[in-house]
Amino acid sequence: MMATATPVGPLDYARRTWVRLMLMVVFVFLYAPIITLIAFSFNDSRRNIVWQGFTLDYYGKALRNDSLIEAFGNSLTIALASTIISIILGALVAVLLWRFRFPCRAGYEGAMALPIVIPEICMGVAMLAFFSRVGWPSDLPWPFSLSAITIAHVSFSFPFVAVVVRARLEGFNRELAEAAQDLGATEWQVFRDVMIPFMRPGLVAGGMLAFTLSLDDFVITFFTSGPNTVTFPVKVYSMVRFSVTPEVNAASTILIVITVALTATALWLQNRANDKAERAVG
Amino acid sequence: MSAIGTDDTPIIEISGLSKRYGPILAVDSVDLTIRRGEFFALLGPSGCGKTTLLRMLAGLELPTGGTIRIDGQDMSMVPANRRPVNMVFQSYAVFPHMSVRDNVAYGLKVDGVPKADAWEQAEEALNLVKLGGYGPRRPDQLSGGQRQRVALARALVKRPKVLLLDEPLSALDAKLREQMRLELVNLQESVGITFIVVTHDQGEALSMADRIAVMDHGRVQQTAPPAELYEFPQTKFVADFIGSVNLIEGRVEAGEGGHVRLRAPGVPVPVEIEQEAGLPVGSTGWLALRPEKVDISNDPPVDAARNTVMGTVEEITYLGEVSIFHVRLDDEHPLIKVAIANVDRVTRRPFTWGDRVHLSWTPTCGVVLSQ
Repeated sequence: MMATATPVGPLDYARRTWVRLMLMVVFVFLYAPIITLIAFSFNDSRRNIVWQGFTLDYYGKALRNDSLIEAFGNSLTIALASTIISIILGALVAVLLWRFRFPCRAGYEGAMALPIVIPEICMGVAMLAFFSRVGWPSDLPWPFSLSAITIAHVSFSFPFVAVVVRARLEGFNRELAEAAQDLGATEWQVFRDVMIPFMRPGLVAGGMLAFTLSLDDFVITFFTSGPNTVTFPVKVYSMVRFSVTPEVNAASTILIVITVALTATALWLQNRANDKAERAVG
Repeated sequence: MSAIGTDDTPIIEISGLSKRYGPILAVDSVDLTIRRGEFFALLGPSGCGKTTLLRMLAGLELPTGGTIRIDGQDMSMVPANRRPVNMVFQSYAVFPHMSVRDNVAYGLKVDGVPKADAWEQAEEALNLVKLGGYGPRRPDQLSGGQRQRVALARALVKRPKVLLLDEPLSALDAKLREQMRLELVNLQESVGITFIVVTHDQGEALSMADRIAVMDHGRVQQTAPPAELYEFPQTKFVADFIGSVNLIEGRVEAGEGGHVRLRAPGVPVPVEIEQEAGLPVGSTGWLALRPEKVDISNDPPVDAARNTVMGTVEEITYLGEVSIFHVRLDDEHPLIKVAIANVDRVTRRPFTWGDRVHLSWTPTCGVVLSQ
């Protein structure tokens, strides 16, 4: 038996038993809770502790729960709006820091990254204090009623976009921009035709980061949301306070499916763009 | 000189052009006139200001002082994207996210040329640089040499009045470099556009250019056709930078009437040189002598008009086509280099290390320089 098997080379880590075992353990550690969550969303029990049998009832219940659906809609709307604003703001900050020299640039750069390190609870309290101090209206019609939360989300997610895009710009060959300029492009055309395509992977990555950060943010949202602007995490929290029913699991599972689907779509779109480019080569 | 498009009106007039970076004067009041249809080279060591000068022509740097006129028009207020010049960058700067065709057509697209027209012209330009049919490819599928051709086509498709090339051959391997030299010259002749090449490689400049400006420390040292630059350098720097040279310091004994006599310490007989430029008697002069113009022999030369010195062979370097003999005159002078072509496969050297030899050269070889 041993004679026929190819010997394990010094760098064939993937063929070593202990490495495979390690990988298994890591995967279980990472995904067991999520799989349990999904599995128990099908549990036919009110208490959600012991497996009682398969049912889809709780999905129906979750989907019929109007306040949960409303919270979910709010979350998606906020995430979408804050992601778009974050991408624009973050990209502009990154370009500003990369392109220009001005006094206190290092200080400015540090201040930009501050929301990443400030404890969320402080941000939450600060946002609450800020919005009540300026008297931000809380009785606006629907999409505008989410403005306070959206602003709060933008304030902590755009630095992530800025950091990612800034890192990408470090590798930018300035001669590319100069070449475009030399060929007759205006400043705006250089930005649109050369800079943005170069930044695109950073924009996509930063945007996805901003989207997930916004979608699952609890602490800051909790401080800025009113009774009419409940988001999904806040709603789940209030449901859990009464009891952990499979309905919460079902709602969470839907959220997981949606985020995975969105990520997969984003990746698929990118791959398709690449394939298209490659096919064009023929 | 290329015959096509050459006439007497200058395409570029540079006067008093300077560029200062803080305390450093990168370009120091340069005056330069470049003729229409010329293949012009800016030659100098790195940091001499040649690239800065080129970038000022393109409008990518603003001069601290002086003026640039292109085809009679003052360029002071004209931004880079409106100048009638195009540049081939050292890194080629081919847009990585665009196909070859889109790269070449980009300059036309931003000018508002309809897509079909732009693509047609792009294909023509690609044919010109021998990349016909490469239009749909992406830059990452091309070799370095091919990317450079894309950059060339992209600049030429705009039909600029002047094409600027920043170190165009430095990133290519030796064989390809030699081939590209010829191709660039042929290309320049076929399109008839004025080319300005920046290079630190004297071989490149000598082989390609109609005229060369040698720069050092932000100043133009000499502007001349290649042969004149090589045979009649005006400064020690130029003599030393272009090719190899022996410099012997001495005192000018007679310097008027096209005949210069130089007395160098350690050289028994004064050196006689025929040259147009006279030198003041009593001033310090340097004899610049090319290694291949010196003859080496065991016996004193028969021709009495030849300048002759004696020395000892100290080193012999075999370089393939030539051998360099390093001859010591005395302890004060640096070694004199003498290049002898290896015309025979079996080298019969009548002298070897340690031999006393006669070095001789005619009065028309070499020049005496004052600076």
